[in-house]
Amino acid sequence: MTAPPAAQRQPRLTARQLTLSGRYLAALLVAGVTLVPIAFVVLGGFRTNAQLNADPTGLPSPWVLDNYRSVLGSSVFWRLMGNSALIAVTATVLTCGLGAAAGYALARYRFRGREGVYTLFTAGLLFPLGVASLPVYLLLRQLHLLESWFGVALAEAAFGLPVTVVILRPFMAAIPGELEDAAAVDGCGRLGFLWRIMLPLARPALVTVAVLAFLGSWNAYQLPMLVFNQQAHFTLPLGVAAFQSQYSQDTAGILAYTALSMLPALGFFVFAERRIVGGMAGAVKG
Amino acid sequence: MSTVEERAAAPARSATPSRGPVRRRTGRRTRAELALLLGPALALFALFVLVSIAAAVYYSFFDWNGFGPPSRLVGLANYRKALADPVFQGAVRHNLVFAVLSVAVQLPLTVALALLLNGRLRGRALLRLIAFTPYVLSEAITAVAWLVMLQPGGAVDRGLRSVGLDSLVHQWLADPDLVLYTLFAVSTWKYLGFGIILFLAGLQGVPMELREAAALDGASAWQTTRKVVLPLLGPTVRIWIFLSVIGSLQLFELVWIMTLGGPAGSSATMATYVIDRGFRRYQFGYGSAVAVVLFAVCFVFALAYQRFALRRDTDGALTGRVD
Repeated sequence: MTAPPAAQRQPRLTARQLTLSGRYLAALLVAGVTLVPIAFVVLGGFRTNAQLNADPTGLPSPWVLDNYRSVLGSSVFWRLMGNSALIAVTATVLTCGLGAAAGYALARYRFRGREGVYTLFTAGLLFPLGVASLPVYLLLRQLHLLESWFGVALAEAAFGLPVTVVILRPFMAAIPGELEDAAAVDGCGRLGFLWRIMLPLARPALVTVAVLAFLGSWNAYQLPMLVFNQQAHFTLPLGVAAFQSQYSQDTAGILAYTALSMLPALGFFVFAERRIVGGMAGAVKG
Repeated sequence: MSTVEERAAAPARSATPSRGPVRRRTGRRTRAELALLLGPALALFALFVLVSIAAAVYYSFFDWNGFGPPSRLVGLANYRKALADPVFQGAVRHNLVFAVLSVAVQLPLTVALALLLNGRLRGRALLRLIAFTPYVLSEAITAVAWLVMLQPGGAVDRGLRSVGLDSLVHQWLADPDLVLYTLFAVSTWKYLGFGIILFLAGLQGVPMELREAAALDGASAWQTTRKVVLPLLGPTVRIWIFLSVIGSLQLFELVWIMTLGGPAGSSATMATYVIDRGFRRYQFGYGSAVAVVLFAVCFVFALAYQRFALRRDTDGALTGRVD
C-alpha cells in the first residue's frame, strides 16, 4: 500500500484511487460482516415467530413490541441483570483494591523475595479461569460457597489479580521518587502516599484494569454455570443460554432476550471505548 | 533498607542521635505495611489459583464421584484412561485444528484487513467502534445469536439462497465433518475486529519516514509492505499468535452452548470434555486429571512461547525489574 504523502508527491492518481477504494471496500466489508448478525438479532426481536419462519432474513412487518415488552416485564431478567452487576462490581473492586495495594508494595518497597512474589503473580497469567474452572468449582464447594455470588466474585478477582499487578506495578514504579521524599518531608507516611498521591496519579492505569476486570466478570459463563444451579442466582450470560434451551421454539423471544442482554455491555463499551481498546492493546503489548 | 526509607528517616535521624531504635521501629512498621498491602492479594491469589490447582492434581489420583472425601486411590489410571479415550484424543485434535486454523486463516486475514484500513479513512473512529463490538459481547450471547442464525432453514441458509448460493447450504452444526469449521467461523466473527485493532495500533508504531524512504528508493507498495512494514509488525504478530493459541486451547463457551461438543463428540474440546466428564457425569477425579492435562498443555505452550518467541517483546514488561 502506498503511504498518502508519498502518493501525493508522485501523482499516480489511479493507483491512489485504487488504494483508497480498496480501503473503503475493506472498511465496508468489516463493518457489514460485524453488524449484519447484530442487526439480525435486534430486528428479529421486533418480529413474530411466524414472520421469522416465513422469511428469516426479512425486516419486521409489522413491527411488534411484544417480545421486548415481555422480556423487560419479566422480573427474572432484571434479577439476573442485578446478579451480574453485583458480581461484576464486587470482582472489580476486589481486583483493583487488592491489585493496587500489591502493585504498590511490589513497586515501591524493597524486601527479600520481592521478585519472587512478582514472578508468582506473572505466572498466574498462564492460568486463566477458563482452564481452572473445575478445580475452582471444587474449591468453592469445599468452602461452602456454591450458589454464592460472593464466591464467584472472589474467584474472578483472584484470577484477575495477575494482569492487574502486571499493569500497575511498572506504572507505579515510574512515579518519581522525589515525590515520595517530598511527601515524607511533609509528614506523609508511605500508606498516606499511596492513598493521597499514588492512586490519583495511577488513575489511567486503574481505569484500564477496572474495565478489564468488569468486562471479564460481566461476560463470564463457565464458572457461574458450574456454581449456580438455581435460576434465581444466574447471571445474564447464563440466563441467555438457559432461555435459549428452555424456549427453543420461540425464536423471536430468544432474539429479544439476546438483544437486551447485549445492551449493557454495548453501552458500557461505547462509554469506555478508549479505555477498553487502549487497555487491551496496552495489556497485550505490556 | 530502601534508599527511600533512609531518606525518609533522615529528619528523625538528625533529631535523635541514637539511630538504632528508630531504624528498628521503621523496619517493623515497614513489615506491617507490607503485610497489609501484599497480604490480602497474595492470600486470595494463593487460595484460588495455587491451592485449587494443587487440589486438582491431588484429586486426579483418585476415582472420586464427589461425594465424601476422595478415598479410592487409583494412581495414574485417570491419566491413562484419558489419553486412551478416543473422545479426548479427538478433543485435543480439535483444539489443535482450531489453533492451526487461527494462525493460518485468521492471522493473514487480520493483517490484510489492517493493512488495507491503515491510512486516512473517513469514519475511522466509527469503524474502530464497530469492529470491536463483537469482542465486547459475551461468548454466551455470540453463541446464542449464531445458534439461531445457523438453524436449518435459518437466516444464514436463507441469506445464501437469496443470493443464489443454494449449493452452499449445509447442516452447519449437525454435520460432524463441518461443525468444527462452523464454530471456527463464528469465533473468527467474534475475534477478527480485536485483531484488526491490535494490528492498527502496531502499524502506528511503523514510522512513516521508513516507508517514504523505501518509496524514494523505488520500492513498490507491495515491496514496502513486505520488506519494511511486515517485519516491523513482528511483536504484534507474536503476541497475537500467543493470545490466539491460548484462546484456542481453552475454547469452551461457544462450543458448549452451540453443540455441547457434539454431534457425537465431533466438536468436543479439552475444556468441554473436562466439564462433561468431571461435572456432568460426577467423575471429579477423572475430570481433575483432564483439567491437569489442560493446564499442562497451556503451561508448556506458554512457557515455550515466552522463552523462544516473546522474550524480546516482553522484556521489561513482564520480566522487568524495578529498582
